[in-house]
Amino acid sequence: MSVIVQAKKNAGVSRWKTLTRRLEHGDTIFRALTILAALIVVVTVGAIGLQLWNTSALSRDKFGWGFLIGQDWNPVAQNFGALPFIYGTLQSALLALVLAVPVGLGIAIFLSELAPDWLRQPLGFLVELLAAVPSVVYGLWGLFVFVPIFVKPIADALNQGLGFIPLFQGPVFGPSRFAASLVLAIMVLPTISAVSRDVFLAIPRAQREAALALGATRWEMISQVLVPYGLSGILGAVILGLGRALGETIAVTMLIGNNLDLTASILHPGYTMASLIVNEFTEATYPLYLQALIEIALVLFAITLLLNLIARLLIWRVARRTTTEARV
Amino acid sequence: MSQAMSLRASRTRYALRKFINTLMLSLTGLATLFAIIPLVWIVVYITREGGRYLSVDFFTQLPTPVGVPGGGIVNSLVGSLIVVGIACLIAIPISLVAALYVADHPTTPLGVLVRFSTDVLSGVPTIVVGMFAYALVVLPQRHFSALAGSVALAVIMVPPVLRTTEEMLKLVPRNLREGSLALGASNWKTSLQVLLPAALNGIVTGVMLGIARVAGETAPMIFTAFGNPFFNTDLSQPIATLPQTIFVYAISPYQDWHAKAWATAFVLIAAVLGLNIAARLLTWWRTRRLRLA
Repeated sequence: MSVIVQAKKNAGVSRWKTLTRRLEHGDTIFRALTILAALIVVVTVGAIGLQLWNTSALSRDKFGWGFLIGQDWNPVAQNFGALPFIYGTLQSALLALVLAVPVGLGIAIFLSELAPDWLRQPLGFLVELLAAVPSVVYGLWGLFVFVPIFVKPIADALNQGLGFIPLFQGPVFGPSRFAASLVLAIMVLPTISAVSRDVFLAIPRAQREAALALGATRWEMISQVLVPYGLSGILGAVILGLGRALGETIAVTMLIGNNLDLTASILHPGYTMASLIVNEFTEATYPLYLQALIEIALVLFAITLLLNLIARLLIWRVARRTTTEARV
Repeated sequence: MSQAMSLRASRTRYALRKFINTLMLSLTGLATLFAIIPLVWIVVYITREGGRYLSVDFFTQLPTPVGVPGGGIVNSLVGSLIVVGIACLIAIPISLVAALYVADHPTTPLGVLVRFSTDVLSGVPTIVVGMFAYALVVLPQRHFSALAGSVALAVIMVPPVLRTTEEMLKLVPRNLREGSLALGASNWKTSLQVLLPAALNGIVTGVMLGIARVAGETAPMIFTAFGNPFFNTDLSQPIATLPQTIFVYAISPYQDWHAKAWATAFVLIAAVLGLNIAARLLTWWRTRRLRLA
C-alpha cells in the first residue's frame, strides 16, 4: 500500500520535474510573454490602419479615389471631397516649416558646436520643454495673447507692405493660416532642433578638425562640412517636424479660423484635416458623414506614415555611415 | 604694386569671412534665445492669469453653469487621474515586457520590427489614435467612455516608455546579467529581479515623461472620453479631463469661462512641466551618482 503511494508520489515529483524542465523553469512562458508584448506593439500599428480602413468603407465605396481630389465638402448634399483640407493641411505645415527650420537648425548648431558645456544641458532642456507644453495650452495662449499682441500687427504690416502679392492679400483676420503656422512653428522647433543636434553630435571629430586645420572659420566648417555631412539626418529631422505639424490638432483648430477659403492668402482663415475632424465630428449625424471623417483620419494616417518611413530611413543612413567610418 | 593690391584684397576677404562667421554664429545664439521666449511667455502669463483664479473651491467644486459664480474642476481633475491611470495600467506592462524582448533580441526580425513600429507609432497624429480608439471601443459599445480615452492614451504612451526602457536596459552592465545567470537564476528571474531593478531609475524617468505627454492630450479625448459636466468615476461612462475642459472653456464666448480656462491651464501645465523637471532631475541625479561610483 505505502509502496504504491510512494510510487505515485515519485511519479508526481518526476512529472513536475519534467514539466519545469520542459518549460526551462518558467523561461518558455516568460519568452512567450515578451514575444506577445512585442507583437502587441507591432499589431497596434497595423490595427490602426486596418480599423480606420474598415470603418470608412461606406465613404470609400461611394467616392473611391475621387475622395482625395474632390473639392466639395457638403454634408447636406452628402457629397464629400478632401482636397481643400489636404491643401490647407499641407499649406499650414509647410509654412510652419519655412519658419521653424532655420531657427531649429540655428539652435542645433548653437547647442552642439558653440554653447559652453555648463550651458548646453540647461538650454537643451528648456528647448525640449517647449515640446512638453500641451497643445491646448498653445491654443489658449495663441488665441488670447500671441495672436492679438504679436501676430495681428505683423499680419497688418505684411498686408500693407506686400498686399499686392496674392499670398498677403487682405482683409486681415486674427485667426488665420499665418497665426496657426507661427504657433505650429514654435511647436515643431524642439523636434527639429533636438534631432538635428543629435545628428551634429554624431559627426566624427576628425571632420571638424580637418576643416579647421585647412583654415576654415567655424561658420565655414559648419556650413561647408558639417551640414553637407549630416544632410540626410537633418532632412530626416525636418520631415519628422513636418509629420508633427501635419498631425497637430487642437492648437491649429483654435487658431486657423476653420473656414473653407480657397484663396492663396496666408492672412485668411483656413482649414486642416485634423481641425475638420474635431469641428465636425459631433455634427456627423449620418453614417456616411461619420465615415467620411474617418476616411480623412485614414488619409492623415497614410501621409504621416509615409513621411515617418522616409525620415527614419534618412536618419538611420547617417547613423550607419558614422558608425562604419568610426570603425575604419 | 599688384602684390600689395592682392594682399589688400585677401585681407578684405578675410575680414569679410570673419564678419560672416561672427554674424552667423551670433544668429544661432539668437535663435536659441528666440525659442525660449515663448516658453517663458507662456509660463509667466498662465501663472499670472491662472494663479489669480485659484482657490480651494476650484479644486473641490463641480463646474457651475455660465453666469453662476464659483465652481471648480474637481470632475476634470479626478477624470484626468482616472483616464491617465488606466492608460498607465495598460501601457506600462506592455512597454516594459516588450522592451525586455527588444533589448534582448535587437537584431532578430521581430526586434527590428518592434523598434520600427515604435518609431512609426510615435509619429502617428494623436487625433488619428483617437479615431482608432473610437472605432475600436466606442462604436461597439455605442457610447463614449473613460475606458476608450484610456485606450487612446495607452497607444500614445507606449512609444516613449518602451524606447526609454530599452535604452536603460541596454545600459545595465553585462556582467550583472551574467553573474545572475551563473548563480543559476533563470532568465525570467534575471530579467525581473536583476535587470529591471538595475534600470529602474531610468524607467521611472521614461514613465514620468510618458505620463506628462498623455496628460495634456486633448484631441483624442473628444471622440473617446467625450467630457462630462458631472462627477464620474465609472469607466464605462463619459468623463471630463483637464485638457478637454480647457478646450471647451477657451472656445466659449464667456469671459468667466476664459478665466477658468487659464486657471485650469495653470493646473495642467504645473503638473506637466513639474513631471518633466522631476524626470530631468532624476536623470541628473543618477548620472552624478554613476560618475561618483
